[in-house]
Amino acid sequence: MRSSLLRILALIRKEFLAVLKDPRSRFIIFLPPILQCLLFGYAASFDLNSVAYAVLDRDHSRASAAFLARLDGSGIFLRKADLSRNGDIAAWIDSSRALLVIQIDRDFERRLLAGEPAPIQVVADGRNSNTAGTALGYLGTLVDSFNADWRSLHGQPGPPIRIVTRSWYNPNLDSRWSMIPSLIGTLTMMGTLMLTALSVAREREQGTFDQLLVTPFRPFEIMAGKALPNMVIGLTQSTTILLIAQFWFHIPFKGSFAILYAGLGLFLLAAVGLGLFVSSIAKTMQQAMLYAFLLVMPFALLSGLATPISSMPAFLQSAMVINPLRYALDLTKRVYLEDAGFAQLYPDFLPLTILGLLTLSGAAWLFSKRLT
Amino acid sequence: MKDMAAKLRRIRALTLKETRQILRDPSSIAIGVVFPLMMILLFGYGLSLDISRLSVAVVDEDISSDSTALVGAFQLSHYFAVTQVHSMAEAVALVRARKVDGALLIPSDFTRRWHVGDAQLQILVNGTDPNQARIMLGYAQGPVAEWSASRAGPGGSAGPVVVVDRMWFNEGNDSHYFLVPGLIVLVMTIIGAFLTAMVVAREWERGTLEALFVTPMRAGEFLFSKFLPYFGLGMIGFVLCLLAGKFLFHVPLRGPFFLLCLASMTYLMVALGIGLFVSTVVKSQFLASQLAMTLTFLPAMMLSGFLYDLRSMPAFIRGITYALPARYAVTLMQTLYLAGDVRSVVWPNIGVLAAMAAALLLATRLATRKQLS
Repeated sequence: MRSSLLRILALIRKEFLAVLKDPRSRFIIFLPPILQCLLFGYAASFDLNSVAYAVLDRDHSRASAAFLARLDGSGIFLRKADLSRNGDIAAWIDSSRALLVIQIDRDFERRLLAGEPAPIQVVADGRNSNTAGTALGYLGTLVDSFNADWRSLHGQPGPPIRIVTRSWYNPNLDSRWSMIPSLIGTLTMMGTLMLTALSVAREREQGTFDQLLVTPFRPFEIMAGKALPNMVIGLTQSTTILLIAQFWFHIPFKGSFAILYAGLGLFLLAAVGLGLFVSSIAKTMQQAMLYAFLLVMPFALLSGLATPISSMPAFLQSAMVINPLRYALDLTKRVYLEDAGFAQLYPDFLPLTILGLLTLSGAAWLFSKRLT
Repeated sequence: MKDMAAKLRRIRALTLKETRQILRDPSSIAIGVVFPLMMILLFGYGLSLDISRLSVAVVDEDISSDSTALVGAFQLSHYFAVTQVHSMAEAVALVRARKVDGALLIPSDFTRRWHVGDAQLQILVNGTDPNQARIMLGYAQGPVAEWSASRAGPGGSAGPVVVVDRMWFNEGNDSHYFLVPGLIVLVMTIIGAFLTAMVVAREWERGTLEALFVTPMRAGEFLFSKFLPYFGLGMIGFVLCLLAGKFLFHVPLRGPFFLLCLASMTYLMVALGIGLFVSTVVKSQFLASQLAMTLTFLPAMMLSGFLYDLRSMPAFIRGITYALPARYAVTLMQTLYLAGDVRSVVWPNIGVLAAMAAALLLATRLATRKQLS
């Protein structure tokens, strides 16, 4: 028992040396997660900060000016041009200089004063229909507030109902608050799974794996020696992102670190298990890398990171039962933002434990099968 | 003349070797064919930004005919699945346990205050998914407006200003329309940069390149014979995406077909250029693959305008995107597919990509020559 432990420790030491000895490879393990975390923190957002628009105002009245002033004063809508002809609209949209073109008809003010509905026509650039929809949503909100003010100014009955909203766990509905905690699991999984898959494949390709086999190491010890260092590296990556989330993006951490790390530990078991699984199938580094990639891609895309799992078709939703990242994302976000405890998180802890055990024992079985 | 023939023969031999290597390695085929198919299916069927029914817990503290009608309006809406509960505490427990996406409270003085024109509705959303929360707040306007209209009589709810909107290029608001063009870019990035980087780095790592260098083979010929087969593999991915766009997702191609091909080929050359350059410089499969991933794939996914719109990014991130080829490629594809041949968009973007391709291939050529001496 003791000698077995010593052997594993020696292997762990060797594994750390192999990865961390080369300054370039040290660099490549820690720089990308940091860089990605910063970039995605700023880039991955569905919120629009500015909407470039052009206007074709045929009315030139006080009402239309007041309406446009409302848009310009919002800080989001940026007027790029005042058009004079219908024919100009296409050019502004086609060349992406304006996301929206707003047309105000000649009888805008007359209709408003008469209490009739006054339509404004809006053309949106639908090349990215999601963005266009968001911009139209912002416009709708501004129009609502313009309407309310117009009504109260002109003695018409005010809006019948006010909707008061409260948002839990993320008071300003900031996309970043959801994105950055999600990156803890995503970036760690990408790094760890590939690193593990490659570490065995590299030994195989360079022939050192055969040398390892003639030593007194048992298959189980080799596996533990490969799994543990990669888990430690994974946890270090997670911690780095966690620190960036708190000290760079200032997203308040509400939960308990013990629960978070318990969850991450289980998640890394599954990630390393999958990596070993891939490496026992792959013959070369290229194969290990590409297979790992083909595995990570769908897991990352369908984890709920980019789009909610509940919007996916039923068969994909049931297929995602085996996706460890999906549970890790839910777990990190809920611990981070909601201060969720074990009682609320067992739907994540339970599958993570099962997946971790399954992948590791599956990999161990494949390993010993290929070794004998 | 004789020289030329020998040159061509050498290139042919090496291209043949490379092609056989691709065909015999299951992982190359997996990336060249399985990966595009997987991405097409994932993006086509798996990823949807359209939120399906949202579940909401409704607490009606007023219990009048007016408030019951409002609850009814929510129940009839296609966007909501309503669970009625009796107290706010119950609703909060449901939100916390993730049984519902949000809660709606109709306060006990709702009808009374509505008659004085000052009624309030409270909506509580779970902000851990801000996008969904925001969509929910938007959807809630629908039933409320409908209810107000039914109470106030005809024309009562329509505000003075009414927005009539039209979404150009994508009237049906189908997210496939902007995902498919971006997909082409993603597939080419993987094949061009990621796969090529690994393949060339392997030759350096194993020393088979040095073996090649003692033959009459020139550096340029070597690069060309690496370039050609992977260019072919990339074009297979392109054709697969093209077919899926047309026959599975029915995305219209409004620009001329030859321009789409020209744009794709130019981008593929940039991707190959990055792959070849990175692997020539670092000479290690692990480093080359990680670098290719960080420099090309992730930016193509996140910083190109494919998933997240460039207009949503802060100015300095937008500045960074100008250095990324994927940005130009996604703009090109989306415009060529959906808007058509817009000269002011198409030619400058193709120009930038062509310049990048030329610079990268030249740099690779120079770096390879240095190694030889």
